[in-house]
Parts: sequence; C-alpha cells; structure tokens
Amino acid sequence: MGYTFAEKILASRAGEIVEAWPDVTLSHDNSAAIRQIFLRIGVPRVRFPERLAIALDHAVPPPTTRHAQNHAEIRRFVAEQGIRHFYDAGRGVCHQVLSEEGLIRPGTLLLGADSHSTHYGALGAFSAGIGRSEMAAIWATGHLWLRVPESIKIEVHGSLGPWVTSKDLALYIISVLGADAGLYSSVELHGETIQSLSMASRFVLTNMMAEMGAKNAWVAPDTTTAAWLREQAGIEVNPHPELLPDASASYKAVYHFDASTIEPQIATPGRVDNGLPLRQVAGVKLQQVFIGTCTNGRLEDIAAAAAVIRGKKVAPGTRLIVIPASSRVLQAALQAGYIETLVAAGAMIGVPGCGPCMGNHMGIPAPKEVTLSTANRNFRGRMGTPNAPIYLASPTVAAASAIKGYIVHPAEIE
Amino acid sequence: MKITGQVWKYGDGVNTDVIFPGKYTYTLTDPAEMAAHALEDLDPGFAANVQPGDIIIAGKNWGNGSSREQAVTSLKYAGVGAVIAVSFARIWFRNAINNGLPAIVHPEAAAAIQPGDTVSIDLETGQIIAPTGTFYFPPFPASLQNILTDGGLIPHLRKRIEQGEINHA
Repeated sequence: MGYTFAEKILASRAGEIVEAWPDVTLSHDNSAAIRQIFLRIGVPRVRFPERLAIALDHAVPPPTTRHAQNHAEIRRFVAEQGIRHFYDAGRGVCHQVLSEEGLIRPGTLLLGADSHSTHYGALGAFSAGIGRSEMAAIWATGHLWLRVPESIKIEVHGSLGPWVTSKDLALYIISVLGADAGLYSSVELHGETIQSLSMASRFVLTNMMAEMGAKNAWVAPDTTTAAWLREQAGIEVNPHPELLPDASASYKAVYHFDASTIEPQIATPGRVDNGLPLRQVAGVKLQQVFIGTCTNGRLEDIAAAAAVIRGKKVAPGTRLIVIPASSRVLQAALQAGYIETLVAAGAMIGVPGCGPCMGNHMGIPAPKEVTLSTANRNFRGRMGTPNAPIYLASPTVAAASAIKGYIVHPAEIE
Repeated sequence: MKITGQVWKYGDGVNTDVIFPGKYTYTLTDPAEMAAHALEDLDPGFAANVQPGDIIIAGKNWGNGSSREQAVTSLKYAGVGAVIAVSFARIWFRNAINNGLPAIVHPEAAAAIQPGDTVSIDLETGQIIAPTGTFYFPPFPASLQNILTDGGLIPHLRKRIEQGEINHA
C-alpha cells in the first residue's frame, strides 16, 4: 500500500505518534503570551531561534495601551533571543507575509500558533495549527509530538463559472461535507481545477480547510508554485516529487466535486458550513462590507473588487472596508490604481493586517448591524459584537453587494 | 484521578469564539477575569454559577475555530473538571490535554447525560458514572496520561528537563 502526503512527510503511517521537528514555527500577537509560558519552562534560550517566525498582525497599529504593551513585549523578546524572521506591525497578515518572504516551500514542516496555519499547504508544505503551550515547548526543545493524520482526498474537476471563485468552491465544499468532516485529517486537494488555480486562489482553499476541522491541507506543488515563489521571494525551489502521494495510498474518504455546477456561495451567520447559493439569500441588507484577511486580501481579490466597483459608489448606509493582506499587496494595489478606484467609490482602506476579522478593531459592527465579509469565520461575536450577524462571501460578491447595500449577484451590477 | 461535578450540557459545533471571545485574547490575562468571561456569548449564566469540578457535556466538534488556548484555560480557571463530547476540534483537544483538562470522546455518554446530572469520571479505570448509567472509555495513551497527571504540558516538560530526559541546548 502506498503513502499519502502526510505519511510521506512525517515518515510514518497514519495513527502513529511521531516527534516532529518543525522547520518553521509561526506565532503573532500571541507571542508575548507564549513567552510567558516559555519562561515557566525554565529554559533561558530559544533552542533554534532561526526557525521562529513572528509577525504582528492581529491588532495593528495597536488600538489600546494594552495591545501596544503586548507588541512592545514581543519586540523585546525578539531582540533578546535574536529572532531574525520578525515582521513588525504594518507588514501584513502572518500567513501572507511568511509566504511572500519565501520561508515556506514545498516539503517544509510548519507548526503555527494559529488555527489557519493549514494555509501553507498551498505551497506544498505540511502545516498545522497548535496551541500556545505547545509553541512554548517547541521554542524550548525544537520538537513536539504529532499524530500522523488519516487523509481525505478531494478531487475537483471542471471549470469555475463566471463570478465563481475559489472562495465559492471552499464554502461549497464545507457546506456539503460539514464543519467536522476533516477533523484530525490531512486534506489533499486534487484535480485539474485545483492545479489551474492561481496561488492566491489556492491559498483560499488551504486556509479555509481549517473550517472543516482539517489538521493540514495540501495542493501538489507545480510550475505555478515555483513561479510564484520565484516572483515573490526570488527563490528556486525543489518541488520534492518524492513527497507526492502515491496512487495506491489509503484514504479514509474520497470526494468528487464538479466545479462547473457551483454558483456564488454565501455562508450564513453562525457557522462556516451554513453555505447556501447566493440567490437564496439575495437582498439581505448590509451595514458593513469587509474585504481582506489571510483568506481574501491578496492582489487578485482587490483587483476583483476594484473591477466590480470601478466608476460606482458604495451604497448610502453601507460601509466598505478594504484591508490588503500585506504591505506588498497594498503597494501593488496602489500601483495598479485599485486603491484609487476603491477610495473614489467611498471605501475605507485599512493598515495591512487582520483588521476587524476577530473583533479587535478597525471595523467592529454595532449590535444588529449586518456584515458581509471575505474572511474565513462568521461565528457569533467573531467581529466583536455578539448580536451582529456575519455573512461570508468572495471579494467579487462583497464588492457588488457594497454597491447595492444588500447581498446581490455580481452579474446584476451593470 | 477522579472528577465529580454537575453537568452543563451544550449542543453541536460550539466554537472558540463563543467560549472565549477574540476581543479579549490580547487584553485579558488574569485567570479570574478570564474565568468571568468563559462561555460568555453562548451561556451568559455559566461563569457566575459554575462550581469547581463541574463537567461540560458537548455535541460534535466542540471547540472548533481558533487555536486560542484561552478557550481551554478560561474553562479550567472557571473550575470545569472535564469535558465529554461527541467529538472535539483537534487544536482544542490538544490544548485541553496540554493544560491538564481531561477531554473525553464518548458519543453515547454525551447523548445520555442530562443537564444538572451529577457525574463522576475515573480517568484510571476509564469510567463515567452517571444517573443514566456507567459508560466506559479507553484510558488515555501513556504519553497523554503523563501530561494530564503532571498537570499539563509545561509542568510535564519541566519535570523531564530537570530529569535530563529532554535536551534543550
């Protein structure tokens, strides 16, 4: 019997417990809290400081004194321990920044103190989220136990229709399979539809697989991957063909999807697997639209939004917030004129980072206000206000809906 | 290790944001303060009324969402002795074990046990004793049992480093 990607990279069979030595560890604004735990272990130095990557993104620039103190504590730790891969406030969302910086390549093993650490599977890496205590343990020792996950294969064929994006594909898959379908599992994304996607669109899928409970998600690295890393980070990578899953590998489930049948999707408030075809929720009035995050804040997303909005205005009574995922995305969007287009339409542009995604600042809704967001979560209270419903959609749908002030299919924007 | 307490029962898909809201994750660090906000957006009556040793019974995918460890520690600080669920989100499960909070997967017990029941859990023998019956579960693997016994991953690691079992330099 052959091996899955997870079995190959962890060099063991599903179900076995292995000691994993991550090449890269990720933490963000939670690094100060991790440091407090690290100090309790009683080890003076981080064992492999060159393996740590820390990005400040969750509350940037700091909205309160306490957030600022948190950042200051992290900067002190970074200096004390000689952490080279440190990305200060304004550089962008950790997942976008680490990818752009070329820290993650095909075959990299990354553990991140962030649930969307599944993100880097789009680059052919094995990447999984862990908790703060676990991160402190890795800082001290360099390793952590992992259970080799069983794998799920998702095969996608056919072309995405007009106005349909990888976000719609992700929301559709999650709505069909359910928020717990990928629990404890490695989710491999196969098929010509996946391989035809841009890197920006692949990241959406591997990022969103966290919302299906996946331990990690994975896309086969190819020429698109290599070209993206060359352009972004100036590096040539080994695609590590020996890590490709074997045709005879064993999967606990295999699912087939036909991309050509998928319509634009909306995840209705409360659960990411509450996905519905857009037409079933068209007309829901919106007080706020948020385009950004590690899920959908890349240049491709901002370009899509600008294309829909060009020459139009955000509806009165609706706020549009656009936050590029990184400073590099912001610069490119400025050069391409997208930011000009968006601001002319009445959009607010935020500092690269997580923005209001998890309710820290820069776009907290009032009670009962309805938000349409391109983020990955619509949980109750996620954006800081418990009774403020959150719908999820693609940047294209978000932009169209901002113009109308209610959820609308982008085809209806003339 | 024995845990006895009254049951708080919740449904499927309870996520980390309603267990411990994201807006507090970088500002609340005091255990008592964190405990006061536990389950705030799901059950506003929980934090004020939970008693030491109380047990949470949950449905599918308990703790899905964020990796935030406060979704475990806020419950622990509030006095929760154990959580029994149909299934757990994987990071929440790891965080629970790593903070010395027993997390037990048991669909039958989760279905049968009712809110307000008094339940005892014996981790060594793998028994859940409830008014509706006794349920059995396989004891944790030795490596996880050791982490629980030592009170969590950090005290466990300290012990192993002191004993020279783990290299850190």
